[in-house]
Amino acid sequence: MNEFINLGWTKDEIAKKIANEFPHGSYVNLGIGMPELVSKFVDESKEIIYHSENGLLGMGPPANENELDFELINAGKKPVTILPGGSYCHHADSFSMIRGGHIDYCVLGAMEVSEGGDLANWTTGKGIPAVGGAMDLVVGAKNVFVMSQHTTKDGSPKFLKNCSLPLTGKSVVTRVYSNLAILDVTPEGFKLKEMFEKIDFDLLQKVTEAKIITN
Amino acid sequence: MKINKLFNSVNDVMSDVFDGAVIMLGGFGEAGSPVELIHGLIDTKCKDLTIIANNAGNGKIGLGALIGENQVKKVICSFARSPKSITFKELYENNKIELEVVPQGTLAERIRSAGAGIPGFYTQTSVGTPLAEGKEIKIFDGKEYVLEKSLKADFALIKAETSDRYGNLTYNKTARNFNPIMCMAANQTIVQVKRIEKEENTDPEKIITPGIFVNKVTVVSDPIIESIAIDNGETYP
Repeated sequence: MNEFINLGWTKDEIAKKIANEFPHGSYVNLGIGMPELVSKFVDESKEIIYHSENGLLGMGPPANENELDFELINAGKKPVTILPGGSYCHHADSFSMIRGGHIDYCVLGAMEVSEGGDLANWTTGKGIPAVGGAMDLVVGAKNVFVMSQHTTKDGSPKFLKNCSLPLTGKSVVTRVYSNLAILDVTPEGFKLKEMFEKIDFDLLQKVTEAKIITN
Repeated sequence: MKINKLFNSVNDVMSDVFDGAVIMLGGFGEAGSPVELIHGLIDTKCKDLTIIANNAGNGKIGLGALIGENQVKKVICSFARSPKSITFKELYENNKIELEVVPQGTLAERIRSAGAGIPGFYTQTSVGTPLAEGKEIKIFDGKEYVLEKSLKADFALIKAETSDRYGNLTYNKTARNFNPIMCMAANQTIVQVKRIEKEENTDPEKIITPGIFVNKVTVVSDPIIESIAIDNGETYP
């Protein structure tokens, strides 16, 4: 039983905080799952270009039932749309956008993040290992945001001194957004940027294995 | 004599495939997956194949069916896990198929570099992770990079939108994905297209794969849509 899982900001509220962070004109890659919510909350005063690593720049919203095209899909293999000004490219070009440092922000889920910015999110070491584009995104994107619940389903901390699971990347995470806090990864460790209004710092520290810096 | 890379049937284009071949399959999920060519490969009964693709197949259509027929010894891919994967999962869990996991961008670059005559390259992707273990690390400007070797194949099976008799290819939307770079990295590139264009009608500005990278082309005008076929319970053979 995890008393913290329903506490704090909703997924939509976290998504909105992330969306507000992107400057106008940013090129952004959103991971599959929870990070996909972020695109719903981008303010109309700015234009953000979404990249999907299967070869689509200028991705639009998911396709409606009556416009499904199985040759126009996103990285999660779901039918999507392309916006005016969008383009297609092959995989080596699409990953050059990532690996060549052209993507401004990527938002990914996490199993574990360490205070040094290490990320583990591709395998638990059991079952079929599958990495996709995660290892490319974490080394290539200029800013790597993690969007995640603060603890695992059974209440264990996810933000740790050291990751225990196989890494996706070493010293790669810029900032984590959870239901309880926004933490910057700094050379000194996790630094508190914002905390859910209805909890106190002692509780936040209790559910975070790594030490959180406040000043 | 005129150059003509067009063949009448899937059987005709698959005639050179052999046991133990290394075969690239275009596609990202079902988009751009050459399902009919893969079914032609199943019909050859060739076995001990090494498959290079992004995924490891769904249901018992296309790559999922090829794996289910026990024709595949090893899969080199970035993402073998899928809710609709049956055949790979079963063989993998019983240690009856090998898997080499490659980060997606590294996979694309290993293929592209093979096609460009580059035997290897250094990348930051996977440094500090289990996928870099045992590989050479080199430091450039204070940062660590891992050596990755290029990836060639005996055959590439490709799905494109159109071709002319020279093998000049166009693609449809995100079905392009791995197809153009795989065309460049195989000894023999075999393509299924939805339709043939007369060369006088092809716009040179719209050609994505120039014909030099293509060997054999055949028409599959109404290809299977994998996800719909699987939802309808269809299987191959």
